[in-house]
Amino acid sequence: MTGRSTVDEDPRHPLGGDRASTGRLGDRIFGGLATTSGILIVVLVTLVGVFLLWQAVPSLLKNEANFLLSREWSPSGANPRFGILELAWGTLITSVIAMIIAVPLGVAVALFITQYAPPWLSKPAASTIDLLAAVPSIVYGFWGLNIAGQYFQPVLSGIDGALGWLPVFEDQGTSAKSTLAFAGMILAIMILPIVTAISREVFAQVPTTHKEGALALGATRWEMIRVAVLPYGKPGVISAAMLGLGRALGETLAVLILLSTLSANADWSFSIFNGGSTFASRIAQGAGEFDTPQKTGAYIAAGLVLFVVTFVVNATARIVIDRRKAFTE
Amino acid sequence: MKNLRFGQFAGLALVGSLALAGCGSDDNSGSGGATGGAGDVACFEGTLNAEGSSAQKNAFEEAAATYNEMCPGATVNYNPTGSGTGIKQFIAGQVDFAGSDSALKTEEKDGIVETDAAAETCGSPAWNIPMVTGPIAISYNLPGVDDLTLTPDVAAEIFDGKITTWNDPKIAAVNAGVELPATDIKVFFRSDESGTTENFTKYLKAAGGDAWSYDPAKAWPASGEGKEKSSGVSEGVKSTEGGVTYVEWSYAKDNDLGIAKIDNGGGAVELTGETVGKAVEAAASDGEGNDLRLTLDYATQEAGAYPILLVTYEIVCSQYADAETATKVKAFLTHMASPEVQQGLEEIGYAPLPSSVEEKVTTAIDAIS
Repeated sequence: MTGRSTVDEDPRHPLGGDRASTGRLGDRIFGGLATTSGILIVVLVTLVGVFLLWQAVPSLLKNEANFLLSREWSPSGANPRFGILELAWGTLITSVIAMIIAVPLGVAVALFITQYAPPWLSKPAASTIDLLAAVPSIVYGFWGLNIAGQYFQPVLSGIDGALGWLPVFEDQGTSAKSTLAFAGMILAIMILPIVTAISREVFAQVPTTHKEGALALGATRWEMIRVAVLPYGKPGVISAAMLGLGRALGETLAVLILLSTLSANADWSFSIFNGGSTFASRIAQGAGEFDTPQKTGAYIAAGLVLFVVTFVVNATARIVIDRRKAFTE
Repeated sequence: MKNLRFGQFAGLALVGSLALAGCGSDDNSGSGGATGGAGDVACFEGTLNAEGSSAQKNAFEEAAATYNEMCPGATVNYNPTGSGTGIKQFIAGQVDFAGSDSALKTEEKDGIVETDAAAETCGSPAWNIPMVTGPIAISYNLPGVDDLTLTPDVAAEIFDGKITTWNDPKIAAVNAGVELPATDIKVFFRSDESGTTENFTKYLKAAGGDAWSYDPAKAWPASGEGKEKSSGVSEGVKSTEGGVTYVEWSYAKDNDLGIAKIDNGGGAVELTGETVGKAVEAAASDGEGNDLRLTLDYATQEAGAYPILLVTYEIVCSQYADAETATKVKAFLTHMASPEVQQGLEEIGYAPLPSSVEEKVTTAIDAIS
């Protein structure tokens, strides 16, 4: 495990072929395949974006409400009115809750596995966490709904009792397991393996010299982790968090099963103990009745926003990682 | 053509013998019609494709399974993608017939008049044939209350969030002698667009009068908590004390939810196959000839008629361009409309067609060519 080249700045030019072998068949086939794959994926993503835009624009032009700031959602008929405010809020808040829980927890688990656990325990522990990623999302949804959800009611009542004066924690009368807060918690479990796995990889790559140096200077284990492991692993943790965020933003089935949607005439609330919808869950709900291009277009427009948001999140992560790289070592 | 005839004949002979065998082992041979007239249960070889309403999915699958038992060579596929998609596919000529929660619309919507578009595809008028009636149960979860009666006004106020506790005097007034708890009412609605919502809001609008101010729609207009599909709302009610929803009968039965009796003014009516049949019988037919579109009288005050239901249709061409398709459609629909199949549907939460309607349906199916 010495993949240091991924993080280290190497002053030399990257290795390249000297063209001596380019004529060989194997070289040409392999090179061709790799290039094709690379181009294909870029073309594919571009085409998805173009398709979304193509389908969404006619509906957006007919929309009589503010697409970004309206809470209404009635995309059919001669006077369609639809906006994504509620969806954006639902998506944002569930993802944020998921991140608040999953990132510290995932980092802690990764530190335990790489720094604290004895070797006989770290391997099985790592595999167990990875196993979480193998559970289909619909199973998490049903598990949350039928088993875990009932234990969330006392938690909700407790928080509401202590902090209910804050609008964010106001009890809205929604069943506890159908709130944004609980959906966020289930999302946290779902993204935990992603965050853990990537953090674990980077923590395991911390050069032994750094760690030993810290220890030799008299640092305790916690201090060693703070001054050597965490700074070294920061870009990795950030990219882990962003990948997790990407999944949380787009998660459909579990959210669809758990969340109670709000009725059309419900008052706006910032409470996390309220129902709501996310982009993905709203699209999945509507998917059964896409009977006109105009209506389909409205949902696709929502999908387009999610596409853009996810793209921006990932791009930001890239930028952050690239900038952080310079400061390590 | 010759081959086809032979196939039909062979099929008939096969079915005849099977049906006879079936009658022999079965006690209720009250309607031995299946073996009688030609065209009653005819088998075909090949595949028949239908698509549409998810409300009739279970009924359709039941009918397809029993048909397949008798005619092993026939495959009947039903894709429950929703009424809108089904009609769209039918108009596009992708499926042999469509299942829908509502008859083809005669008015323009989103640039299409469904009736005309379907007729154009068929090259002949398309017919709406009522086939499966699905009652909608007002289901509730109130431990200790087994017997609850609701009038349309009270139901409308509950579902509009105006009545908020179960021991509200308005509910108590129509439930003399029932001990009602002070539990909060939690309304669950379908978060996806649904024919069930459309029919239930039609009922509230027609029977609830001033108490219900919204227009009927596939998307729930009033208050409450939205849950995905029938399974979602019934789960919501099941796990929430004080919960109430509107859901297909089968879901209410499967989840052991309380089912409210409905009192439209003619006395409290319990939800049974018979009371639903009575309401279907009372429905006015406003189609021409064999186009059997029904107009339900949701506000009916007829004693013993359960008024909240949806009738799902099979939408067919009156004249198929391909004679073979017509034969297939006829054979299967005849089977589906037969009393044996219809009676069996009650177990899975549908109500059988009343005999007077069934007669008309059979006549219409026979007229398909």
